[in-house]
Amino acid sequence: MTTTATTSSTTATTGPAASVRPTGFARDTATVFVRESRPLVRDPFSVIFSLVQPLVFLGLFGPLLIGAAGGDVAGTLQWFVPGILVMVALFGTASTGANLLFEMQTGSHERTLVAPLSRSALLVGRALKEVVPLTIQGTIVVLVAVPFGFRLDVPGLVAGLAVLAVFGIGFGALSYTLALSCRNRDWMFWMVHQTLLFPLMILSGMLLPLEDGPDWMQVAAAVNPLSYLVAAERALLAGDLGSPDVIGGIIAAVATCAVGVFVGVRAMRRAN
Amino acid sequence: MPRKTGDMTNHTHSAQMITARGLTKTFRSKGQTVEAVRAVDLEVADGELVAFLGPNGAGKSTTLRMLTTLLPPTSGEASVAGCDIRHDPAGVRRRIGYVGQGSSGGHTQRVRDELHAQGAFYGMGRRETRARAAELIESLELGQVANRQVQALSGGQKRRLDIALGLIHRPELLFLDEPSTGLDPHSRANLWDHIVDLRRSTGTTIFLTTHYLDEADQLAERVMVMDHGAVIADDTAWALKSSLAGDRVTLEFGSATDAAAAASRIGGAIDGAVMTVTAQGGDRALPRWIRELSDAGLEVVAATHRQPTLDDVFLALTGRSLREEAATPVPEPAVTTAAAA
Ligand SMILES: Nc1ncnc2c1ncn2[C@@H]1O[C@H](COP(=O)(O)OP(=O)(O)OP(=O)(O)O)[C@@H](O)[C@H]1O
Ligand SMILES: [Mg+2]
Repeated sequence: MTTTATTSSTTATTGPAASVRPTGFARDTATVFVRESRPLVRDPFSVIFSLVQPLVFLGLFGPLLIGAAGGDVAGTLQWFVPGILVMVALFGTASTGANLLFEMQTGSHERTLVAPLSRSALLVGRALKEVVPLTIQGTIVVLVAVPFGFRLDVPGLVAGLAVLAVFGIGFGALSYTLALSCRNRDWMFWMVHQTLLFPLMILSGMLLPLEDGPDWMQVAAAVNPLSYLVAAERALLAGDLGSPDVIGGIIAAVATCAVGVFVGVRAMRRAN
Repeated sequence: MPRKTGDMTNHTHSAQMITARGLTKTFRSKGQTVEAVRAVDLEVADGELVAFLGPNGAGKSTTLRMLTTLLPPTSGEASVAGCDIRHDPAGVRRRIGYVGQGSSGGHTQRVRDELHAQGAFYGMGRRETRARAAELIESLELGQVANRQVQALSGGQKRRLDIALGLIHRPELLFLDEPSTGLDPHSRANLWDHIVDLRRSTGTTIFLTTHYLDEADQLAERVMVMDHGAVIADDTAWALKSSLAGDRVTLEFGSATDAAAAASRIGGAIDGAVMTVTAQGGDRALPRWIRELSDAGLEVVAATHRQPTLDDVFLALTGRSLREEAATPVPEPAVTTAAAA
């Protein structure tokens, strides 16, 4: 009773919060973005931790590729590192829906649905957050490769990360969409996740060149947006900003983003 | 605490905070239909504290989820804080606070951060949010864990955070779904201090569900009993108990014959040498009965008197006890006050 006695006086003086404001999409998006980014700020180690996988690929796959290329370290890294960047974007954003899935099973997502926030902002704010870890992780991967002979082109890297960010927003949104439609069926989320992720990765030529693969693989790669993204990243990180591959990558990233946000917003509007 | 009568027409100066007509929710899953809420009518006046009581699966949460715009009703309509739940859900959301049955803090978020985020959700300014969060952290005794991640909190600590989250913007109408479940007696008392205080200082209307019968009895001005998706009683706890349950008096005699003789004079059920009577004003009748029976040569060797509880009310209404109720949704409609809808 003693604690509340002090509260009651403060409550009485401050009065009810009458600050009811019109919901604005931009403001709500910023609010959601800030909330989603906070755990990253509080625990930056988690961002580094999810780098383990791409770095393992870089460290274990890289030497094999270098060997296959007859020991051309710099040339192989120039080809391989952009692929790893796309891998970072792919893996990092594909599982982000799991967090929403968990929040849907507790009451946390429900709480945001009762709040006066625009439904679209709930999705877009979350998807935009993906840019933060992505950019940090991409930069670290590149910096790790530099001492081994990777040639850093700063404008190319900035452009490459920007294209990657657009893709990441879209792919993150798709992951959230999957979570929203799986609701309490975790297994379904992970099944779709696992089923799609590895084919998407391998059929993009990010780890191994597909030129020598069978025809069906070439066809699959041609319809896989990630192939275009990988090609664009290779051009951009080499500093070849005017390459036609860049246009293809931008189109693939923007298309992923548009589709992801569109279906994501629709799923969020229907959420209850 | 002031008690209001169940008569809703008496409120001259206060408008209705919640009005629902024929609110119905039918779930369809895997070919099965569950009539979770059946044509519920309800009225809650501005400033009232109403408790929603009923066994597991009665439809309490579903009703709350419809009123808070989380779930579209299958049919029926409702106005909450002056806004229609179908046509102006955004208006409803701006005006209400809701503490759901689950844990509402994001598991990877820190306690204080989550409170700050919640303030921003409701459009509160930075300074105001920080001050209010600090105030709630202090009064809900979350200071020890304020910088901890939600997933590292105990069940009761999580629940206190949920309550803080629901209160941060000082809503005019607050929905609480089993707010005290999982709290230790101290935290429960503290929560109730909070709720009582909130009403005194800001006149917040509170609509809550609980499984603690004593809580509903002592603190709510009005109790609504729900069973199988329908509201089967709606009045003050006192009125419900006196009209539906009555006091329970037991009288023990030297022999079963005496008990039977006494039962034929007073009326009541016998079990061996023990007679049980349910009557209003049983406390006053008891000394008189003992005297009268003694005059007739029937000596009472032991007597007990128990005031009715809300469980007795539920028992009288449904023939089942809330205390023994298992989570078995029986698809049979109970006697309903909402039959008109
Ligand atoms: N999303 C859903 N899909 C299908 N059935 C549902 C759904 N939500 C609730 N139900 C069913 O509706 C009925 C009412 O559930 P509700 O959660 O409203 O009960 P309650 O009164 O809150 O119970 P408790 O005291 O256990 O919280 C139950 O039979 C439940 O199984
Ligand atoms: Mg419930």
